[in-house]
Order: sequence, then structure tokens, then C-alpha cells
Amino acid sequence: MRRTKRSLWLWAAALAVYAFLYVPLAVVVLFSFNDSLLNAEWIGFTTRWYALLFDDEAMLGAAANSLLIALIASALATLLGTLAGIAMQRWPVGVLRCLPLLVLAPVAMPEILLGVSLLLFFRQVLDLTLGLISILIAHVTFSIGFVAIIVRVRLAGLDESIFDAARDLGARPWQTFRHITLPLIRPAILAGFLMSFTLSIDDFVITFFVAGVGVTTLPLQIYSMIKVAVTPEVNAVSTLLMALTLSLIALASKLAPDALKARA
Amino acid sequence: MTESQPSNRPRDPAQTRRAPLTRWLVSLPPTLFLLTFFLAPALLMVGASLQQPGDFGGLVPALENGRLTLSLDTYRFFFSDWIYAEIFLRSFLVAAATTLLCLLLAYPLAWLIARSHRRHRDLLVLLVLLPFASNFLIRIYAWIILLGPFDLLYTPWAVITGMVYVHLPFMILPLYTNLEQHDPALLEAAQDLGAGAATRFWRITLPLSLPGIWSGSALVFIPVLGMFAIPELLGGTRDILIGNLIKEQFLDNRDWPLGSTLSLLLTVGVLLLAGLAARAARPWRGGTA
Repeated sequence: MRRTKRSLWLWAAALAVYAFLYVPLAVVVLFSFNDSLLNAEWIGFTTRWYALLFDDEAMLGAAANSLLIALIASALATLLGTLAGIAMQRWPVGVLRCLPLLVLAPVAMPEILLGVSLLLFFRQVLDLTLGLISILIAHVTFSIGFVAIIVRVRLAGLDESIFDAARDLGARPWQTFRHITLPLIRPAILAGFLMSFTLSIDDFVITFFVAGVGVTTLPLQIYSMIKVAVTPEVNAVSTLLMALTLSLIALASKLAPDALKARA
Repeated sequence: MTESQPSNRPRDPAQTRRAPLTRWLVSLPPTLFLLTFFLAPALLMVGASLQQPGDFGGLVPALENGRLTLSLDTYRFFFSDWIYAEIFLRSFLVAAATTLLCLLLAYPLAWLIARSHRRHRDLLVLLVLLPFASNFLIRIYAWIILLGPFDLLYTPWAVITGMVYVHLPFMILPLYTNLEQHDPALLEAAQDLGAGAATRFWRITLPLSLPGIWSGSALVFIPVLGMFAIPELLGGTRDILIGNLIKEQFLDNRDWPLGSTLSLLLTVGVLLLAGLAARAARPWRGGTA
């Protein structure tokens, strides 16, 4: 009797936490269809905020920038991260023993530190005009670690004997890589790509410091909108962005179930 | 997979010492990239903290007209004004409060997921992760809408609510991973020996879950320390934290040396905390991390 009562309390607490996680987002989605300028009471159903969104030049431009940056940055991060993951797993020797530290430190640091140090570096050393290029470099820098972790986990889970077998059968190193390793880690590489894509399209803090004045991304645009006023248009763009990231994450977790765990 | 001698095993020490070309072809690109865009900027910040601010942002060169312009001015400035210490202290308090609240909210849920049927666990964990799929700004924006009508916006409470909301999954997941690995036989044995529910929790479950508590706390505490967007959007003008201070120096006041000094002090704090947490999170008497 006491036992069931206690677990009832626990379930109630757990439900409350789930509600805490979901209610705020549900409210954002709900009010994106609300026919009122104020996010306060329900007036009636409308899709006009979405229509407004697709007429908003600044918003569309920011979305285009975000997509372009995310595509290029995640492609580069996937290439470099995969190489780093392979190197970390295969050669934990000599100077390369320090590689995991170099790869993982950008992931563990508070984002603001990466943002301001890159700002300093771009302006002071490279004398680069802040814009697409600086955002691109910054996004690659913080994504490499995530890809490397996913690829490394996948490699560590592979049966070593398969490589020995390939060697014993006379496969050259490149052939072993091309026909054995690459197909086996392909899901991890794809998941890494999708992960860096979502990280890039979602990033606000680091982008905020390295974007300069000329170029806006979607999160920067959302930030400047909510700093000024709360409008249902923000709800609409939030809802769309949520749908996009959700589908990307669903895709990533289908390709490599470890991917989600690597992010957390 | 890419050794020069096909007959050797991959980790043969004699083989690895030879450092074949492939190894460098694979490891150099990411290493060079990160040395350039992560390590060099970090080191640059150490130098910048000793330099003088330029008139319109930027830095006065370290060597100007044959005179060395480096100094400890920013550090002296930081320690001479009580306001900075106060903001650092406030940031640590907010981070501690956030961590504690996250722990209180996360523990029952993590425990319950760990105790639930194996078939449901993945789904319940996924439900914790799913809100993460939404953009960080959207999750803060949601609280602007929710707290607005209650006059709670632009208060320290709004800041802490936002902080807890954004970081809660970071506490739930390590706790769950830890609790899931506890051996139920331990609790049964304790019960057979007459230990009540409270005793079983305080003497067995809690001590065994300490590694999970420490890693979760580090994952919450550290990012909260550097956060500037949540105080800016949910807090009032008096609720600014270290992150806001750093942002102000780099983007508004254009005092890059002071900004660098603040960033370095934050880094030192973060490294100390991470080191402590890593030490504390080490498996303890057969416990699991």
C-alpha cells in the first residue's frame, strides 16, 4: 500500500517535469496559429503569421544565409571530424595522444569563450571583415568535435578481426579503408553531418560574436526580433524551425542510434 | 586500416613508431585547423589581456614606438572595483541555484526512468531530449510569453527559470545513465536486512549515484556561468552575469583587453570546476560513472 502510494508521487513528479519541458514549447506552437497580435489569449485560428513570414525579406535572407552556412560548414566539419575521429581511434601514440584534448576542448568550453576568442583572432590577426567566412570558420571549429566523437564511437565498436582478415587476404591499406572501413562507418559520418548541420543552423552565441554587422542568420534575426517585441511572427518561424530540426534529428537517430547520446 | 605493412597488426608498437605518411595525411588537416582556429585564438586572448585598448576597439600594438605597452592594468582594474567581484559572485550563485534546482527536478525523473520497464526507457529518454530539438532562443522566448502576464519577467526568478529550463536535460541524462546501472539486488538485500525506504535511499542509492550527480552538475554549472542571452532576454538590468560583462566589453565598450581578462578569469574558473567534478565523478567503491 505504502509502496504504490510512493510510486504514485514519483510518477506525479515525473509528469510535472515532462509538463515543464513541453508546455512552453506547446504554447509557442499554439500561438503561432492565433489570430491576435498578443500572445495572451486565444482569438481564433489563422495562418497569416506564416504568410507574413514568407513576405519578410530580412527573414528570408537570414534563412538563406543560415542554410548556406550550415551546408558548407557541416560538409567541412564532417570531413575534418571524420579524419580526427579516425586518427584518435587508430593512433593514440606520440604527439597524437593530445589530439582528443584539442578536438574535445571546443565542445566542452562555454560557447562565449570560443566566440570572443575567434572575434579577437579574426579582427586582430587575420584582419578579416566579419561575415559569411568568419561564421563559416567558427561553425566548423565547434562542429568538428561532435563528428569526431560519433565516428570514434562507431570505430571503437567495430570488430578488429575484420581488418586483420582483409590484410590476411592481401588487401592494401587503401583497399581496406575503401571497401571495409568506409562502408562500416558511413552511418556515423552521415549522422555527424546531420548533427553539425543542426548545430550550425541553431547556433546563436558564437555566431553573435563573429557575424559582424552585414550578415544575419536565422537565430540572429530571431534574437533581434524578440529583443524588440514579442510578435506571433516569431512563433511561426520558431514552429517551422522546430519542425526542421526535429526531422533532421529523427533522420540522424535513424542512421546512427548513438548520435543522440553523443550530443548529450 | 592504413598501415604501410599489411602483415602488421594496427597497434603494433614497432609499427606505430614509424609514423607512416598516411597517419599524417589523416591527422594533420583537423589538427592544423584546430591549432589555428581554437588554440591560437585562445593563446591570443592571454596576450590581449595584457595589451591596451585601441581608441576605436582593437588593441594597441604590444610594441609601439619601441616601447613595450603590455601591463597588468586590466587585472588591477578588475580587482580594484568591487562591482566585478560582485558580478562574478552573482554568476556563481545563479549557477549554483540552477544546478541545485535541476538536480531536484531531475533526480525523481531519472530514477523513475531507470526503474521503468526496459522497453519504455528509450522512449522516456527521448521525451527528455526532444525539447532540445528546438532552438535555444525559442526555448527562452517561450518563457517571455509565459512569464509576461505574471509580472515575473525581468526578475532574477525569470533568469533562473530560463536557466533551469535550458539545462535540465544535461542533468537528467548523466543521472539516468548512472541510476540505470545500479544493481537492484543491493536494495533487495538492504530491505531483507530491515532497512527502510529512506535508509535505502540515503545509504545506497544516493552514494552510488554521486558520480552521476557530479557529471550532471558540471554539465549544468559550466554553461550557466558563461550564459549571456538568458539574463539579457529574461532578466532586468541588475541581473547581468559574467557572460553579459564579457559581451559588453567586446561589442559595446570595445575594451578588448578587459574583455579578454574577464574571459580568462572565467576560463580559469571553468577549468578548476571541471577538474574538481572530474575528480569527484570518478567511480567510487564499485560505483558506476
